[in-house]
Amino acid sequence: MTETPTVAQGETRTVGTASRTTWWLGLVVLVGTVALVLLAFFVAPEDDEQRDAVRMIFIHVPAAFLTYVAFVTTAIGSIMWLWKRSVWWDITAYAAAEIGVIFCALTLFTGSIWGRPTWNTYWDWGDVRLVTTLILFLLMVGYLSVRSMGDDEATSTRAAVVGLIAMINLPIVNRSVEWWFDRTLHQKSSLTDGNLEDMTLFTMVFGLVVFGLFFGWAMIHRFRVGWLERELRVGDLDDALAARRAEAIDHQESST
Amino acid sequence: MWSSEPEVAMWRDARLVALKDLQIEWRSRTTFSQVVPFAGLVLVLFGFALDANRPVLERATSGLFWVTVLFVSNLAVQRSTSIETTDGARRALLLAGIEPASVYVGKAVAVAVQLLLVEMLLVGGVIVLYGAEIQDWPLLIATCVVATAGIAGAGTLLGALVAGVRARETVLPVLLLPVLAPVLIGATRAFDDALGSVAVDGWAWLGLLAGFGAINVVLGALAYGVLLEET
Repeated sequence: MTETPTVAQGETRTVGTASRTTWWLGLVVLVGTVALVLLAFFVAPEDDEQRDAVRMIFIHVPAAFLTYVAFVTTAIGSIMWLWKRSVWWDITAYAAAEIGVIFCALTLFTGSIWGRPTWNTYWDWGDVRLVTTLILFLLMVGYLSVRSMGDDEATSTRAAVVGLIAMINLPIVNRSVEWWFDRTLHQKSSLTDGNLEDMTLFTMVFGLVVFGLFFGWAMIHRFRVGWLERELRVGDLDDALAARRAEAIDHQESST
Repeated sequence: MWSSEPEVAMWRDARLVALKDLQIEWRSRTTFSQVVPFAGLVLVLFGFALDANRPVLERATSGLFWVTVLFVSNLAVQRSTSIETTDGARRALLLAGIEPASVYVGKAVAVAVQLLLVEMLLVGGVIVLYGAEIQDWPLLIATCVVATAGIAGAGTLLGALVAGVRARETVLPVLLLPVLAPVLIGATRAFDDALGSVAVDGWAWLGLLAGFGAINVVLGALAYGVLLEET
């Protein structure tokens, strides 16, 4: 939880990013994570072919899914900023991009670890989804670079255009990589091909729910940090304007 | 009557902006005195890096050519952006009443012309230094034109995006190079076919390059005004 001291009407109070809802949500995520670890390591059976490496999908698949959820949220937020000038969506886009980059890094990291025993290599250029995800990661790192250049409206506009460029170009990146090797090592969707054991499937879906709740919890906190930062910035400007006005009034009164 | 008065004005203004940028380049000779030597240097360094191994160089010619073009495009876009950021030239362009889409198209065309000139020289470079033999000239030329349109379209938009930012020299490549990844892949494959080094359908790759170019040029024409006025 981040706490920010604010001054309102001469009174000092502490504003946090937590609420009763996020406290309970955080607790559910914590309990869910413990349950996920237990399910993944002690309940779900090992795979006939992949052996224990299959347990990586309980992190890898939810992280990959939420990476795309986060970046689609960033794209929607970018459009809403450019279209409606919605500060709410602008902060949401930024929050989703930051969390999405972390999930994307986790996806690439767990994918590489999983690839070593399964494909006998940490990285394979022939895999379309892997290479596309890496380029998406680099594009969104660029988005965060633009965000770090300032905190004004111009920066929001720049970042929104980068977010749009990234999302619009993503299908072309995917298609170009697909044609490049015309093959993929990545296994087809395990959820739909019916090859997963019941407990493995349950654990993966459970992982998706826990990661989804964590994403929601992190989004709420990151959004509130962004909102408070903005309030502080706008408040500083208002205070400075009020101080200048007071100086002008003092000057007028002393001269009359 | 297909073209209306505003459309004619738009293309006329775009032509004026393109000629302005090209004239500035012609007078400063930056492209010829700095960018072309840089491109040649990169080709030579690739030769050193690959141990001047002729079979390896012949096999990798397409990729090395387009990586060099991407490096050069970064310089060309930086240069195109700096023209507008010095002495408040961006504001002057806005005050001149020129449509932002015209400014975008004009600047993209100027970047594309410069890149095509450098690519012409680079083709000569890979023939001489890497022993490349061109099997399909029409495919090679078409690839250069279509890929360059995409590079200039995306580059000009991202150049406007970082204009006025202190760290634009470092931020631009971070943004531009991942976006241009499909161009590198597509143009390299099409060149492989044109050079006869790999049996692929180069003309099919041109379709992907054209799609990339069209999407980025349309996006650029729509977003350029927002960036020009608000950043």
